[in-house]
Amino acid sequence: MDTTINEDVHRSIEGVGSMISIRDFNLWYGDFQALKHISLEIPENRATAFIGPSGCGKSTLLRTFNRMCDFVETVRTEGTIAFAGEDIFQMDANALRVYVGMVFQHPNPFPMSIRDNVLYGPRRMGRMSRAEEDEVLERCLTRAALWDEVKDDLGKSGLGLSGGQQQRLCIARALATDPSVLLMDEPTSALDPISTSMIEELMMQLSEDHTVVVVTHNMEQAARVADKTCFFYLGELIEAGPTKELFSNPKEKLTNDYLTGRFS
Amino acid sequence: MDNRTATAQAPAAGARRDLSAHVKRIGRQDKIATGILTAIVAFVLLLLAGIILYILVRGGGTALTPGFLTNPSSAEVSGILYQLFDSFYMLIITLLISVPISLGGAIFLVEYAPDNWVTSAASTAIETLSSLPSIVVGMFGSLFFVVVMGWGISIISGAVALTMFNIPILVRTIQQALEDVPRSQRDAALAMGLTRWETTVNVLLPAAMPAIVTGIVISAGRVFGEAAALIFTSGSAPSRLNFASTDLMSPTNPFNIFRPACTLAVYIWRLTSEPTPGSAEIVWGTATVLIVCVLLFNVLARVLGKFLARRLTAE
Repeated sequence: MDTTINEDVHRSIEGVGSMISIRDFNLWYGDFQALKHISLEIPENRATAFIGPSGCGKSTLLRTFNRMCDFVETVRTEGTIAFAGEDIFQMDANALRVYVGMVFQHPNPFPMSIRDNVLYGPRRMGRMSRAEEDEVLERCLTRAALWDEVKDDLGKSGLGLSGGQQQRLCIARALATDPSVLLMDEPTSALDPISTSMIEELMMQLSEDHTVVVVTHNMEQAARVADKTCFFYLGELIEAGPTKELFSNPKEKLTNDYLTGRFS
Repeated sequence: MDNRTATAQAPAAGARRDLSAHVKRIGRQDKIATGILTAIVAFVLLLLAGIILYILVRGGGTALTPGFLTNPSSAEVSGILYQLFDSFYMLIITLLISVPISLGGAIFLVEYAPDNWVTSAASTAIETLSSLPSIVVGMFGSLFFVVVMGWGISIISGAVALTMFNIPILVRTIQQALEDVPRSQRDAALAMGLTRWETTVNVLLPAAMPAIVTGIVISAGRVFGEAAALIFTSGSAPSRLNFASTDLMSPTNPFNIFRPACTLAVYIWRLTSEPTPGSAEIVWGTATVLIVCVLLFNVLARVLGKFLARRLTAE
């Protein structure tokens, strides 16, 4: 295992409050149990990575946090997931999704201008003056590291940007509703290396004042950006802990086997 | 002696089997298939070009005669101004009725309808509607819209009859266009907590618009040339119009939807079944105008679709 761990980038998760707290959570698709007895804390304003082989349930758990799993008809759940202390299954799903933003594997800007993409969320929540709109637009695009590239073309379609730019536009759009949590489902797996490193840099910056949860196939990415890493296998949470510990000194043999590439 | 490099560079003769017979056989197969397929396409193209050219040659002269497009038909001059107007007016009324209904139906089927037997029965019903013979739709129209509803032989009766064919085509195209919007776009909308209605209006419809507009214009071309369904519903007697009329209920007011109308296609049918001296020339001239209009619709559909698609990703 030659993944180098830079000590400086990892912040302690010791004593940090829990933004999302999962208690003995089970999820079935029809008869198939996709998640088994998951108990886990997602620390506030830290980056948490979910790793594990395909089909291990990491994406399913991520999509449960904003109740995207509601759209699968055969889905059934047991156990609780609390967002800031409140049971997410008791909350209004559309309200939950304002607090919990999401970025997907494939960039998916809406078929409208860059400006309208970013302002779509906030405009739905209330009237805004032109000045307020301009402020939100510049702030979110700047945080998404896209402002300098698009500030003269804000009227252009979001679909006309490159893949990496589209993904940053999607991040800006997610930031515009001022979410506490940002879910990222393999956000760089469809991007080139340069765009990938930009998005990784963003994940680290954003986790200073957002709770970031990222699903990734790329162990180096988890090691680079995440403060906490959780390893899933066949629907079970095998091990979770500070990234540095999990990578350098895994407690479970299964984790060690996965990290050393004995299976994938 | 280390001769590994030497053997590695020599051609591995043992790996080569004689494949020439195989290569020759599949090569011949491919050539025959290419030949047959090319011949079929060439035949279809020739047929189409032949029909269009024949009509253009027979009727082009009449169609280009000064006044043919701008004069009403009368005993002294041949002109198709009123028929041309009736065709376009009928088309517009038909689209005004069928586009909103089809949009609503397609959106319901794609986004709202639960996946059960009622929905699949509705889809089948819509598809069946498209295969009804147009003369039967015309007869139903003459019984129901003309007599029972009391609309008489009129533009509105004709437009509603045309709507009955247009709806299945439009619903199908719009449904397809909405379903073709990438999954990732829906995910984005759902993850932002958009309701189904917000998703449909702000995400799906704009993304599907190029395909929808193309579909509407192509269906317009079909409606424009329809005759059988109109003979019993909007009539075949050439109209007498007064473009200066201000009374919307007057039978000579061009915009009165309760007046009878005679479209280009119906006019062709009427002049062919009741020929008068010199009517053959008018038939060919009218056919030329009709075919040029339909071709223009198809060109317009492509141009508009491309333009909208470009605008979606650029401006």
